[in-house]
Amino acid sequence: MLNQLIQGILLGGYYALIAIGLSFMFSVMRVINLAHGSLLIVAAYALWFLADTYGVNPFLGLLIVLPLMAGIGWALQRFLLERSARGGSLLPILTTFGLAIVVDNLMFQRFGADTRSLAPFIGDLSWSSFELPGGLFVGKLSVLIFLTAILLVGGLQSLLKFTPLGRAIRATAQDPDTARLVGIDAARASAAAAAIALVTIGIAGAFLGMRGVFDAYAGAPQLLFAFEAAVIGGTGSLWGTLIGGIFLALAQSFGAMVHPQGFLIGGHLAFLAALFYRHFVARQLVADWLRSRARRPA
Amino acid sequence: MLAIEGLDVRHGQLVAVRDVSFSLEQGEILALVGANGAGKTTLLRAIAGAHAPSMGRILLGGEDVTLLPADRRVAAGLALVPEGRRLFADMTVEENLLLGASAGRPGDWTLARIFEAFPILVKRRGAKASSLSGGEQQATAIGRALMSNPNVILLDEVSLGLAPLAVRQVYASLHRLLASGATILLVEQDLTRAMSVASRVACMSEGRIVLDRPIAAVTRDEITDAYFGLNKAGGGNQAAAC
Repeated sequence: MLNQLIQGILLGGYYALIAIGLSFMFSVMRVINLAHGSLLIVAAYALWFLADTYGVNPFLGLLIVLPLMAGIGWALQRFLLERSARGGSLLPILTTFGLAIVVDNLMFQRFGADTRSLAPFIGDLSWSSFELPGGLFVGKLSVLIFLTAILLVGGLQSLLKFTPLGRAIRATAQDPDTARLVGIDAARASAAAAAIALVTIGIAGAFLGMRGVFDAYAGAPQLLFAFEAAVIGGTGSLWGTLIGGIFLALAQSFGAMVHPQGFLIGGHLAFLAALFYRHFVARQLVADWLRSRARRPA
Repeated sequence: MLAIEGLDVRHGQLVAVRDVSFSLEQGEILALVGANGAGKTTLLRAIAGAHAPSMGRILLGGEDVTLLPADRRVAAGLALVPEGRRLFADMTVEENLLLGASAGRPGDWTLARIFEAFPILVKRRGAKASSLSGGEQQATAIGRALMSNPNVILLDEVSLGLAPLAVRQVYASLHRLLASGATILLVEQDLTRAMSVASRVACMSEGRIVLDRPIAAVTRDEITDAYFGLNKAGGGNQAAAC
């Protein structure tokens, strides 16, 4: 039982890690990026290509791939999302949906149907583990992923809260017209936000490739888990995304305990439960809380 | 400092500002008055770059800024305090003020000096903008504009929706700014207040400037007549003057 709990929490760290970019893009750019999963796979393939062709360790490969991802994010915002946003709020979603299809099939054309993994390039990290007191074993890679997720969320929150760029990104997300009027280059702030989001996708893609296998069409299931984690945690809250990822993973673990095929069902039920809870119960709670705050003297 | 030449601004079919020309010298305070819908806010937004004019030119310190986006105009020394304050509601007072410095213009205005000029904000520095009173919000909005160290400040209806006490507070803080020799274009509904701070008054009616004179050379009645467009119906000397 304790083992399931710990493994579930660590798996939650992975879900949070792949959801951070999605949550960040939604919260600060109001874009639901349906190409999120495909971009994770792009990063994984880029690292695999460097490792397989030139023998570059995937962790070192990130030094090349992350700037590349940042560039893709910048271009994505400047040339696709910004233009499509002028056509209404639905158009960026359709654009990213189309982008996902194009990217998936380009990868299929280039890399074929073989499944790949980054695990062979990172020594024993993918299968070695720490032994905890009580005879429990936790994978070293899982622990590393969990810590990376925490660091990434903390880092992004600090960036948004304490740096001029972070403030500019938040102001642009809230009210782009007024942001321009106070002297912020709104297009630049949005492009920077997209670049940051794609860097987090690059990091997540690396760990995706290290902890398992992927192929050209592996993006869609990843998008689903990322989406569920982000929604359970409350879209737009990065710490919430971490909690959401853990909640999703625990629900899946318990689903698997109940029935051998209950893993996915458990996760989906948790997702629906969170959705209904927020829609019917939390709305009332928030209203009550705001009312009690309003009564308190300033 | 600021010169407007033959400016036309449209909202779709509607021409909100028609053939407006005027200029502001360094240190001048121009009060722009006029009825609701006369085009004052549209004119200010066009000058600030939030609304593209369909004709005419805007010159700032001799440079043509007509085609510059709003953020580049802030960098060139122009700041708008927009109607309705338009603060970033989820962010604190201090964050809102710091955002004003985004253009990175060097100058005298720092966070410390803003809090000195608007003492009502000191205690509220960490509070979310949405939790502020109207007066505090207005002070924050003015402070945010000042943080860009502008040469020309456009103030749009700073007393709109404020309690009389809050208006007095805001104007008390503004007086220090007015005394500092800044160039200001001020839209104000309260004629008495407008005439007490301005060195010049311009009256807009149906998108045109129908009167533009130094405060010393204009009477309250003349402004009121121009305000209600009486010069058109009444004719006579005033019509020629306006």
